[in-house]
Amino acid sequence: MKLRKATDKGVRIAFSLTAVLAASVLLGILLFLFTYGVRAFIPPRDTQPDDLSSQPIRVQEFLFGTSWNPDAYGQPRYGIVPLFLGSLITTIIALVISIPLGIAGAVFIAERLKGGLRVGVKMVVELFAGFPSVVIGFFGLVVLGPFISRLFNVPSGLNILNASLLLALMSLPTIISVSEDAMRVVPHSYREAAYALGASPWTTAIRIILPAARSGILAAVLLGFGRAIGETMAVLMVAGNAPIIPKSLFDPVRTITTTIAIELGESSFNSIHFFALFALGFILFLIALGTNLIAESLIKREKKSFTL
Amino acid sequence: MKKIITIIALLGTILFGAEIIIKGSDTMLNLTQRLGEAFSAVRPDVTVSVTGGGSGVGINAIINREVDIANASRGIKSKEISSARANGVNPVEIVIALDGLSVIVNSKNPVNKLTLQQIGAIYRGEITNWNQLGGPNKKIVLYGRQPNSGTFVFFRDEVVKGEYAPIMRQMNGNSQIVEGVKADEGGIGYVGLGYIRNIEGIKPVAIARKAGESYVSPTDEADVKSGKYPLTRPLYHYLNGKPKGVVRDFILFELSPEGQKIVEEEGFVPVSENYIQRNNQVLQ
Repeated sequence: MKLRKATDKGVRIAFSLTAVLAASVLLGILLFLFTYGVRAFIPPRDTQPDDLSSQPIRVQEFLFGTSWNPDAYGQPRYGIVPLFLGSLITTIIALVISIPLGIAGAVFIAERLKGGLRVGVKMVVELFAGFPSVVIGFFGLVVLGPFISRLFNVPSGLNILNASLLLALMSLPTIISVSEDAMRVVPHSYREAAYALGASPWTTAIRIILPAARSGILAAVLLGFGRAIGETMAVLMVAGNAPIIPKSLFDPVRTITTTIAIELGESSFNSIHFFALFALGFILFLIALGTNLIAESLIKREKKSFTL
Repeated sequence: MKKIITIIALLGTILFGAEIIIKGSDTMLNLTQRLGEAFSAVRPDVTVSVTGGGSGVGINAIINREVDIANASRGIKSKEISSARANGVNPVEIVIALDGLSVIVNSKNPVNKLTLQQIGAIYRGEITNWNQLGGPNKKIVLYGRQPNSGTFVFFRDEVVKGEYAPIMRQMNGNSQIVEGVKADEGGIGYVGLGYIRNIEGIKPVAIARKAGESYVSPTDEADVKSGKYPLTRPLYHYLNGKPKGVVRDFILFELSPEGQKIVEEEGFVPVSENYIQRNNQVLQ
């Protein structure tokens, strides 16, 4: 008896310790990003009035500026708007494609496939989730790009549409796999009750199981969102990377992640440009944090209404 | 921890020979890799490892003492020199080859020659249709490099002489520009000389310094070497101080007739007389 109590206590302490460790690492990252990012807006000690590139960024220029050109001839520009829009637009279009497809796929796998076949199909789907993004990017560059440009008769296939399609392809496995898990844990009694009332398997899946698994599916969608907005390499290869505010699906765009990837190596250490990239990272972190908080609150609300 | 790694690296070097670490310009990546392999063939005790990332990345790496040699397809900026000095690094320059930066178009495009002003106006976004240049009525699609590329900086300073049009597609490497222009009949791009040989679907245009002067093609090696081709540029190694030991041996090999033959095989142009003299001053 005594031994069991001691192990209980030990395990509890170990878990609390890891939880505290994880939380402090996250907090550390947040603090690190913030303290580095914020220095982009503070005049450095060695500011030279005639050196335009050593001037701190004005906060309103960073948040509302529509031009990003840190390496400009004259005044460097650090407007985040085109990059933010680039990230948002490619992600939203990707989700518009991948959410319906992903949920439909999950319904099919969870409700219509049996036994070994189901396990096999799921394994293949999860295998796709681990596909290296540089390979997918290369596919976008040499296959999808020329195909898009022929199909829509546009000069170049390196544009929003191409990037969004690749992002959809990459977030699809996550959405399918997590949604399927959520549907599998819906109690079997729900299905039996529906069948008893004369519902067909499809009706049961769509009218009963899907709503019951809502919170899990929501989590799947948000994970898909995270995958899409954080993806760097594939987008870098196919989006054209022009920091402009796009007017059509066939314009090139630059996302926040690709900007960090492209420019971090080139910006000299501890320069305004360097800190501006950390500020971009901080914004990306806030976006991720925001989506997670929203998801958390939605899931909580769901749980209340579904407790039996 | 750092000490332990240093000691292990040191032991490894004593037991298995030396390693030269090179980083930087994508344009020079294949060339330096070939030179490194050829050098290891005659000096099996030395391995040369080369990575890309762009000239800016390479120069930052030499400033931070991460590498032995930085590859750069542009000259070091004064800002970079001062941050190197602040870090106790003394940047030294060697020219290992010459490049004729080539402006390429789709091979279906009838336009074969352009002046520097025309190319500048195209990349500033002032000329937007090929029919303004005697070509078909087709929108011009700009392909360029990303800002950490030395080629991006060289081309902007020498040709664009202003800001690039924001709509320009920024490609991650020479071969991606080649792929882009190959698939796009309205496309225009710029790549190192080593990337236009034996590639179907694209062609380099002949370039004149200004209207009325003669047009020169980058495929003419003598014209690139003599500087008659307007976009001839040196390809640099940057080092921390005068080269010593195996690094010096490697550079001497690169500049030897054998090394310069590899330069030619890779599609670039051997170093010309004035650069040989400049190199010798550094190597003495």
